Amino acid sequence: MTDTVVSPARIGHVSPPPERPKIQIVPVRGLPIVALAMAFVVYAIASNNKWALMFCHVVGGGLWTGIDLFVGLIVGPIMGRLSIPARAEFSARFMPKMVIIMPTVVTMNLAAGFQMARKLGNLTASSPNHAWLIASFCVVGVMVMIALGVLEPANVAVLHEMNKKVPNGERIHRLMNRFIYTAGLIGVMQIATLVIMTRVASR
Amino acid sequence: MSDLTAATGNEADRHFPPIAWLSSLALGLVVIGGIVMASYAPRLAPLKAATALLVAAIVLLLGAVGLLFRIPEFAWARFLKVFKWSLLAYIIEAGMIEFVFVKDQMRGSSLLIVTLMLVVFATSVPVTIAFTTARYAEVGDE
Repeated sequence: MTDTVVSPARIGHVSPPPERPKIQIVPVRGLPIVALAMAFVVYAIASNNKWALMFCHVVGGGLWTGIDLFVGLIVGPIMGRLSIPARAEFSARFMPKMVIIMPTVVTMNLAAGFQMARKLGNLTASSPNHAWLIASFCVVGVMVMIALGVLEPANVAVLHEMNKKVPNGERIHRLMNRFIYTAGLIGVMQIATLVIMTRVASR
Repeated sequence: MSDLTAATGNEADRHFPPIAWLSSLALGLVVIGGIVMASYAPRLAPLKAATALLVAAIVLLLGAVGLLFRIPEFAWARFLKVFKWSLLAYIIEAGMIEFVFVKDQMRGSSLLIVTLMLVVFATSVPVTIAFTTARYAEVGDE
């Protein structure tokens, strides 16, 4: 990732706006790690290796749930109380990482999880876990809607706005609030995921 | 409002048609369709419900694209730049999901419907992201 500093002092000037380093919206240096993770998921599914599937599902799910809970319930409220320039500076460093981390852990979790459920027979209607899995599909469906329909577009739009010569502060504030509230909502929904998954695992 | 707002040209945002709403609704319908299909696996899912959801999603997505093309003075360069990279990312993600279904021996009409749902998924999310970004960009802005 580049050294992306949206300095409060710099961002506060109106005209002529000083040159600011561009924010790298997708951290290119992280992409090989993403490729490695995806290759491992493909291997796990193709080989139907129980350990590899479990690894992808648990690691992806643990990170997804943990990050959502931490960002939604801890980082989000802290961000909400920061000054706008401080939020902008934090977001310039934080949000590009989220752009590549979240889709990766979600894909690891869902793709391997579905295959694992098939392999263990949890998807068959006679399985005692069937209803819990359908409930988990519904929770994930709502989270996907919120994350992909609201949170991620707001995230990318904030980064593009901050890359402008003269960023619109009110717009950044509005888009960041959208990010903070939806992250909080997803964090709360992850509690339901924890309940469902621990129920499934303990049967 | 803060220093940033006061200092950085707080021009009013333009009004746009509900493109992001339509593409997000399309996404919602294919997510529901996906849940229906996945919840029946390995049995055959009721294809009528899934097909209806898919058709409704395609109509909404085409509606969003139609409205998009009718916007005068739009930051197309920014839209296309964000769209193509998001599309690449979501094609990879959709490809992973497709791989799971193919690996699990899904064939025929069910596979066709799931594939088309994934096409809507892989297209609607980039449309939402690119539109949300481009609506705030200046025309001709790269």
